[in-house]
Parts: sequence; structure tokens; C-alpha cells
Amino acid sequence: MSNVAYQVMWNRLISIVEEQAQALVRTAFSTSVREAGDLSAGVYNAEGLMLAQAVTGTPGHVNAMADAVAHFIRRIGRENINEGDVYITNDPWEGTGHLHDVTVVSPSFHKGNHVGFFACTAHVVDIGGRGFGADAASVYEEGLYIPIMKFVDRGTVDETLIRIVRGNVREPDQLVGDMYALATCNEIGHRRLVEMMDEFALSDLEGIGDFILENSRRATLERIAALPRETATGAMRIDGFATPIDLKVKLTIEVDRMHCDFAGTSGLDKKGINVPLVYTKAYACYALKCAIAPEIPNNAASLAPFEVSAPVDSIVNAVHPAPVALRHVIGHMIPDTVYDALDKILPATVPAEGAGCLCNFQVSLRPAPGKSGQRSEVLTFNSGGAGARPTVDGLNATAFPSGVMTMPIEATEHTGPVIIWRKELRPDSGGAGEHRGGLGQYMEVGATEGHEFDFSAMFDRVDHPARGRQGGQDGAPTTIVRDDGTMMQGKGKQHVPEGRRVMLAFPGGAGYGDAASRDPEMVKRDLARGYISAEAARNTYGLSAETVDAVLAAVAKGKTE
Amino acid sequence: MQNHIRMGVDIGGTFTDVVLEIDKNQYSAKVLTTYAAPEDAIIDGMHQVCAKAGIAPVQIQQIIHGTTLATNALIERRGAKTALITTEGFRDVIEMRTESRFEQYDLNLQLPEPLLPRQHRFTLKERVDAQGNVLVALDRADVAALADQIVSYGFESIAIGLIHAYLNDGHEQMIRDALAEKLPGVMISLSSEVSPQMREYERFNTTVANAYIKPLMKSYLGRLEGRLADEGAACPIFLMHSGGGIISLESAADFPVRLVESGPAGGAVFAANIAARYGLNKVLSFDMGGTTAKICLIKNQTPKTARVFEVARTYRFKKGSGMPISIPVIDMVEIGAGGGSLAHVDAMRQIRVGPESAGSEPGPACYGRGGERPAVTDADLTLGKLDPDNFAGGSIKLDSEASSKVLTTLGAPLDMDAQTAAFGLAEVVDENMANAARVHAVENGEDLAGYTMIAFGGAAPLHAARLCEKLGIDRLLVPTGAGVGSAIGFLRAPFSFEATRSVYMKLSDFEPQTVQDLLSELETEATGFVRTCDTQAPIRAEYKVYMRYTGQGWEIPISLTAAQAAQPDAATFQALFEADYATLFGRTVAGMDIEITVWAVNATTEAAKAEMLGETPAEKAGAIEGKRALFDPAAGVAVDASLVLRNNLTSGDTVVGPALITEDETTIVVPSSRSAIARPDGTIDITEKRT
Repeated sequence: MSNVAYQVMWNRLISIVEEQAQALVRTAFSTSVREAGDLSAGVYNAEGLMLAQAVTGTPGHVNAMADAVAHFIRRIGRENINEGDVYITNDPWEGTGHLHDVTVVSPSFHKGNHVGFFACTAHVVDIGGRGFGADAASVYEEGLYIPIMKFVDRGTVDETLIRIVRGNVREPDQLVGDMYALATCNEIGHRRLVEMMDEFALSDLEGIGDFILENSRRATLERIAALPRETATGAMRIDGFATPIDLKVKLTIEVDRMHCDFAGTSGLDKKGINVPLVYTKAYACYALKCAIAPEIPNNAASLAPFEVSAPVDSIVNAVHPAPVALRHVIGHMIPDTVYDALDKILPATVPAEGAGCLCNFQVSLRPAPGKSGQRSEVLTFNSGGAGARPTVDGLNATAFPSGVMTMPIEATEHTGPVIIWRKELRPDSGGAGEHRGGLGQYMEVGATEGHEFDFSAMFDRVDHPARGRQGGQDGAPTTIVRDDGTMMQGKGKQHVPEGRRVMLAFPGGAGYGDAASRDPEMVKRDLARGYISAEAARNTYGLSAETVDAVLAAVAKGKTE
Repeated sequence: MQNHIRMGVDIGGTFTDVVLEIDKNQYSAKVLTTYAAPEDAIIDGMHQVCAKAGIAPVQIQQIIHGTTLATNALIERRGAKTALITTEGFRDVIEMRTESRFEQYDLNLQLPEPLLPRQHRFTLKERVDAQGNVLVALDRADVAALADQIVSYGFESIAIGLIHAYLNDGHEQMIRDALAEKLPGVMISLSSEVSPQMREYERFNTTVANAYIKPLMKSYLGRLEGRLADEGAACPIFLMHSGGGIISLESAADFPVRLVESGPAGGAVFAANIAARYGLNKVLSFDMGGTTAKICLIKNQTPKTARVFEVARTYRFKKGSGMPISIPVIDMVEIGAGGGSLAHVDAMRQIRVGPESAGSEPGPACYGRGGERPAVTDADLTLGKLDPDNFAGGSIKLDSEASSKVLTTLGAPLDMDAQTAAFGLAEVVDENMANAARVHAVENGEDLAGYTMIAFGGAAPLHAARLCEKLGIDRLLVPTGAGVGSAIGFLRAPFSFEATRSVYMKLSDFEPQTVQDLLSELETEATGFVRTCDTQAPIRAEYKVYMRYTGQGWEIPISLTAAQAAQPDAATFQALFEADYATLFGRTVAGMDIEITVWAVNATTEAAKAEMLGETPAEKAGAIEGKRALFDPAAGVAVDASLVLRNNLTSGDTVVGPALITEDETTIVVPSSRSAIARPDGTIDITEKRT
């Protein structure tokens, strides 16, 4: 097989997994998958090594997905792998970190021989238990557990499993629909793979697999070898559930690997914000890849040189049966922790801290006492501001490190009796600096007449806002309060009676560099746009009162910047 | 249609193409686009074609016009001073986008700026819910106060986009009425009229885009009409829209966002007309130029359409880096692959091609204008597809040495010589295009086996046959006039307008009367637009509903017959949906309710009748002018290819691959696996050799 043919096939595999992911977006039922893109998809060789992963999807699944197939092979047993099979699990430790992520793996057969696997993962809106939130004391309360097992055996769907699933979750149609969608997307990937193998007259994926893995390994190692061989430590303190959590990392760069050791990090939390190691690995690795090898595609070889360890029973290496539903709240903070260390080795490379974890919440709606109405589970994904970069401002209300999208509020309001009264940028929330942190956002959430709801909060940075870098200032913290002034908590399920709204202000990203060094034209632009108030322009950035007045007067005359 | 003298005009980024058609005769001209006053190039081109045809402009009976001006105004941000008025709490919808990064591994990613800066976006207290009920009534006094506030801003155009206005347009109408009083002369665009579809970001952005380009397009269209009349061509002028039909000048001025992508739409209509001439029901059109390639599925001689697309991508053509526009549009995949696309070797020692392009200056290395990186044209030259002494009719002498040199550099890290590097480069770009075609076909539930490719655009004939080999497509047509395909397409397009509405209905709550009323309301609206173009021609309505399982987010378009639309029943709708769903995704989902989310009626006159293809005379071998070495990628070796001049071929002439059929504008590559025959209309018909 010629080098040119292998180049063509590698391209094709990447196209195939992208198609696999798109099929999932189109057939899925949960808004988290179909609107927000909380999913991933990949193709593996017969050994279980990942050869290509779709770019559609979110980094949290990166390594977890890469490891998952090996668990499936071990649990199912090679001798039980047959054509027409589809396997499933939502095991947090052998899947992607919490029960809400359902992973489906399908073996690929070509001319009767087992040649590889397709796998995909999706975040479903409900898996039973207490519902999506931090409140459980163990994984047993967090929902239905599906061990690695056959969902389809040689073409026959396990109806018993379907009945058990249906009987245990709040939105059975959605979940069963998503299970089928996951199986369908693997099937579509498989069909394309077989076409490729026919076209190139392949009987297995060994040759192309070696070509992909060898080139990826070498490219990654070249990048690492070019780095200084140093060690640095990073730390970050965040809210946690009831008590603050310290994230600590020691980053070591060796000639052929980068190692993150999370020794010294806080122990397990009583509530469901603990993180299985697979998820810690995913985000530590993602952070490093962004900084040193952004364009090398994810596969078993390009991920291998990034090693992660953490003490068992630390919050970033929670083992069964710790509660882990909201593992993303801590997991999304890992890149900023790693960057605290990396900045000491590679200055002017990584951003200041950002909002970090997604500002998600789930609303469980029901008719108010004595009223009639609808029951519904509504999950939304939202973002605070990203951290400022060494040469440019942080992104406003944009997810980092997560790769998911927000849902249109019009789509959200079609899923249940919820009203989103406000969703817009939050001025003055971006940390000041030569480069400003991204703005957070405001949201206001209520229910339609006759309904009350439980509000499951999943926020951090209430007490620990994003910290500036190189003299940049901190971003604004998260705030949450009811419209009648009742205080609310950043995490946990809280009741909201009929007629009341939850008022949310999501955090801003931190600034980079000294605010006094900011280009005055950028300050004026920010003022004209209302990203910063007149007060901040004067007091934080030192704009004169006359200049402030002139900018505001120009805005009222419709002058563009 | 009784007209016999018609003119098609396509304003493209570089050239303005003018085609005059008198009965069956075509006269064409290519004039450089004159950005400052685009009408100048049209007048110039019109005089050229009139002179060629020996007629006066006054004899032209109809002008059909398509243009990239609307697209360019959006890309280059040259629109009017525009405001957005929206629901309180949602000022930043067009800026916050999807709150995600379209490239996840770029730490220094920049998102595109919204069309309107924040200080030009205003809010009013009002709210409609997801069922269309008013939750918070709009106060007229608030509107008046806002109008007073912004009068000093000097806005030329205002977009009004309110939450859930696709279900209830009452508040948007109230705001329009109040503004019309206070701000006379300011142009207004309502989201409930421009794009009445669910999903606020797409709807608001489309409405803002419409408002943003409206003054510019209105003034341009007015000037054009005046100039043409001054020059004697006072005939009716119509505009090509993105959906592949034509609309009146007035409708175009009201909804200029519908003109975005009208040029490529003309290309698809051109291909559809060739498909009709050849009686082909499954066609893939392939248009490849200097910087991009466009691929479109044409079923039953009708291009596939979609409801939303993205313009002005800012980051390597990456999905999500542009802005969404939700209007009826011909569904095309556009990729950054053209003759000028540049190649490099990445960290994984993989050859990557595009989307970066050398453009025409400096152009590929072989142009000898200082290009120092290998482009697709350099590979084509090195592989023997192009004759260095006869490129573009001999107007540019290509420098083979220069190509060889840059390709040697490209191949060095891969241990490849110049020719192998050229092979690799061509294979990668062809694979990129083939992948795009494959994915597009699959997303539409189509299998490309059994399809015919129709190729046009300068670079397409060089790459089309290889794509066919990769895609398992048996037959390739390369028509004449391919250089001005879009302008010819305009002359083949019907009058049409598609009206759409978002109304949710579950099949379990199916109300036949409501459905009947809704469809007939949409039909009246769409027909009204068409009647402003033609008061006589019979109008046909095409009914489409977008369906999904309740809870899904992505809908499948289902076409209804006139009878199914007139007598709607849930069982029929369900059967139609399930059949298509199974085709697309392999299986249906048992026990799920199904819902309809969007309703669409396209009113259209009949498309121009395709001229029937005459009988091809008995086959005879075409004259071979010589031989040249041509690299055959399927075999991986160089072969001895016959050289044939397209101008010398007459109907019935055959050419056996490997061969190169050259003409002034391009070269058609016929690989070893294929043979070609010239058809009576001048089309080169290339099929797989039968063994």
C-alpha cells in the first residue's frame, strides 16, 4: 500500500467518524446531544486502540472514550463478540465519568472477520435517581447503572434491558430514543468503513492503523522533545459543595512524555462533584494538547505521551461508589490548574483563568399544589467568560474548556413549562487587564403560570472567581438569588415556588497584564459597547471623565467605533 | 413564456458574466466586476453581447440577474447603519452565538464580530411564550420613547426580532407601525417575515443581515433599472434567489438576504437543465474554480434545497465560523478546494491542501508571478494534465520548472519526488472533495452509485473523472458554456417563491382542517410573490413539511403531493416520514410520537423546458493531435495520453482514455478507465469503459 493511499485513507477515517457524530446529532432526543453537542464518536482497530475521533463533540470524552473500548473487550470477552452486536454502558469509571453519559460500542465485521469497533458517547438529560445534580451521597442515588453488557445480540435488541431502562427514568422515550440513536450512529460509521475497505481491498485495519499511530506518535513526541525539561507546580482553590477544594498539580516535562501528578489535591467530597480519573485525564490532556500540539488529531498514539496520576480517593480520582454526577464542575477546572503550572515553564502561552466549568442548571417542573399542568425536566448549558490570552481579550460567554453549545431558548421553552426571561452579557464582569477577560452572562429563569420547580444548581466561582495572570485582575464571581431576595446556593437542588424567578449572574474570565497598559482605544470601544461601565472606564482603566463623556455622547449620536 | 430575447447576468467576485440568448443562440461576455458601480460592468457586457448578436438593447425582452453583491456586503461588512430591536433580556443573542468555539484546540481563537455592535441593539419590554400567547404585552408608549431615543442615531435600516415571533407576529407589527410614524424613510425588516422559523440566533441574524444589506441592494437595484433603461433596455428585470428560482425586483429589494448565494444557485439550475436534457434523475453537480468547489445533489432534475446555511466563514471554511442565514436555499457543500489551493506537509507528515489559496496573484508557482508554494494547478501541470504552452488559450505560459521545484520541496520530508508529491497533492484534494460529496449524499440518504456527475467551472474537468472513480460514479458530462454556467442557469430558472412557517403539531393531535388552512395560506402568500413576476403562467405549488420524532432536534423534509396537501391525514404523514427516516438512519424508532415543525409551500412556474437532445450520429474516432505523458492516479503510473482538441470534435466523435481533451478555458481529463463521446449539444459524455 503506498504512502499516498494511506494518506487518503486517514483522511477518510476522519471523515467517517465526523459523519458518525453528525448522525448522532440528527437522531438524538436529548437537547444536550442534539442542540449542545455533548457527545463524541470514534473508530478503533480490533485491538481496541482509537484510530480517529470526530472533532464534533467535547474534550471531556477524549481519553475516556479512548480507554472505554478496552473495558468493553475485557468485560464482554473476545469470544462473545459477534456480528450484529451492540454493547452499552454508563459506568462512570469504564465510560466517561458519570451515569448520565451513555457509551455504546459496536464491533465492525468485514467479510466475516472482526476488524474494529465504533464507539460513541452522549450525555442524556435524565438517568433516574435523584436527577442530574450534586445532591447524592453515593453513585447508587445518582440513577440507573447499566454495566457493560449487550444492548443488541446478533441483531436482536435486549427488550428486558429496554423495559428496565423505561421503568427507571423520568423521560423514558428520550433515553430509549438516544440509545437507538447511539447504535445508529455506529452503524453509519461501520457502513462507511466497509465501503472504504472494499475500495482499497483491505482485509483488516492493521496497515492503516500502524500508519496513523506511528505518524501521530512521532509528531507528538517531536513537540514534547522541543520543550524545556522542567517541573513546575500549579494550584487553584475553588468553591466545592460545602467546603473549598484545592486542586494541585505537579507538571513534569520529560523527553518523551508530559506527566501531571495531582498529589496534594483535596480528598473526596460528600456530594456528587467527585471526578473519576478518566475524566481528570481527559481535561489535563486536553489542556496540554491545546498548548503544545493543537493540530495533531486525537488517537491512541497522540494521547499516550500525556500521563496523569492522582492519589486514590482524592477528588480527582474518585472510585466506586463515590457520587460523581457533576464531575464536570471540578473537571472543567483542571485545565486552568494545569496552566498555572505550564505558565511557569512556557510563559506567554496560556490564558488567564476563565469561568472554567459550564454554568449548567436543570429545572424539574411540576404543577403547583392544586393546579394542573405538565411535569418536565429541562437541562440548559450556559457559559461564563473565558480568560484573557497573552495577546487578545478573553471570549465573552463562551465555553472553555468544554466544547458544548448552548441551546436556543426558544427550543428550551418548547421542552417544558419553563420561561427564560433573560440571557445576555454581563457588563463589568470580565477581569480588567491589558487584555480583558471575557464577559459572563445574566440569566433569569421562571416557570409558566401554575407551575413550581426545583432548581438544580451546578455553579462554581461563587467564592473563588477566576484569577488574573501577569497583573491582570480577577473576573467577577457567580451570583445566584431569587427575585424576592432569598439567597440561593451555588450547588444543589433548591425549591422555587410558583411565581418566583431565579436571578443568575455567571462569572467573567480573568484579565491578562496590567489594566493601565490597555490600549485606550480598546477601553473606549468597550465603553461604547457597554462591556464596561463609565465607572470602570474611569476608575479601573484611568480614562478621563471628559473622554468618557465624549464616548457616551458619540454613542448617542449613533457613531460607530 | 413568449420571450425569445433574454439576457442573464451574473456578478461574481472577479468577473461579471453576461449571456444573451436569442432563441437557441447564445452570445456571452466576461467583464471584470466593477465594485464601485457594479452596473457599469453589466452595461459594458450588455453592449458586447448585443454587438455580437447584432441587436439593440431595446430588443431585449427580459433580464435575469444574480449577484454576489449581497454576499460580499456581508463578508466585507459594507452594509448600512442598522439597528436591532429585540425583546428585553435578549440584547446579545447575535453576539453570544452558540457560546461555543468552532475550533476547540486553538487557544487564541477569535470569534467573528456580530453584524451590529452592541450599542446599536435595543430592547423593549414584551414577551410571547412558546405557544404564541402574550405573556407581557407591548406598550406603545415604550416604542415611541425608543423611537425618540434613536432618532439622533441616524439609522438607515432597522431589524425587529422578538422571541417566539415566528408564532405570533403581533408585537413586531406594532413596533413597525409605531416606527413608521416616528422614523419615516427608515427601512424595516421583521423576523416574522424574513425568516419565520424557531431558534432565535438564526432568525435574528437572518433578519439583521436582511436589514443590513437592504439599503445597499435597494439602491443598487434602483440604479441598475435606471441605467439599463437609459441604455435602451427598459424590459422587466428579475432576480435569481438562493433557492434557485427568480423573483421580482421589488421582492428582491424587500428581502435582499434571499439573494445571498444566487450565483452558485444559478450553477445548480444550469446543471439541472442539462440533467433534464439528458433525462437524468440522479445528478451530482460539481463546480470547481480557483478557490472553492461546490457540490450539489440534483434529484429528478431539481436541486436539493435546505432551510439554513452559513455565509462569511472566517476560519478555514470551518463550520460554525460564519453566520447562519435561515432562508430557502439550494443545498450546496462548499469546500476550500480550487486550482489555487495551496498545499503543505503537517506535523504528521500528511499533505494538506487548502483552504488557503494563492488566488490569481501571485497564483500557483507555475504562473511565474512569484508564487512559492505548491498549488493544485502545479500538481495538475506536473502530472501532465495541463499543457504548459496552451493554458488559458495560450495567454499564460506555465513554468513547469517552477512547479517541479516547489513540489520537490513539498515531497522532501516524505521522501517523495516531484511527481509523487504531485500525485499525493492531487489525491488529497480529490479525496477532500470526494469526502464532501459522500457525506452530503449520506446526509440526504442517497447512494451515489447510479448518479451522473455534471462538471463545470475552470478546474472541474481536470478533477471530475478522478472524483467519479473515487465515488463509483459511472458517467460524467462536461457541457459547453461551462465558464458562464451560472448566467445560463438564470435563463433556465422558473419564477418561484417559498413561504415557510414554524407551527408545531404532533401527529397524535393532528387537525386536518388546520393543516389544510395553513398550507393554503402559505400557498396564497407564495403565489402572490410569483404573480408579481408573471400574471399569466400556470403556477404549481410544491408542499413540504419538516418532521421529526417528538423530542428530536433535526427535521426531515417530507414532500407532499397536491392531493396529500388538500386531504391531509395523519396516517399518510406518518408513513411518508417513517419511510424516509428508515432510508436515512437504517431504522425507525418504535412507539414515538411524530411532530411537524415547519411547513413550506414553494410556488413555481414550470422550469424552462430542456431542449431535447438530438440523435448522436454513428460513432467515429475523434482526431488525435498527439500524445503526452499523463499520470494516472488509479493505476499509480504515468500513461501515454491522446491529445484531442475539443473544438475539432463533432457529434459522435469518440475519444478513448487515457486522453486529454483541451479547449481554451480548460482541459478535460479522460483517465484510462473511461472513454468519451461528443454529443450533438457539444457536451463531452464520459463513461466507464465496458470490459
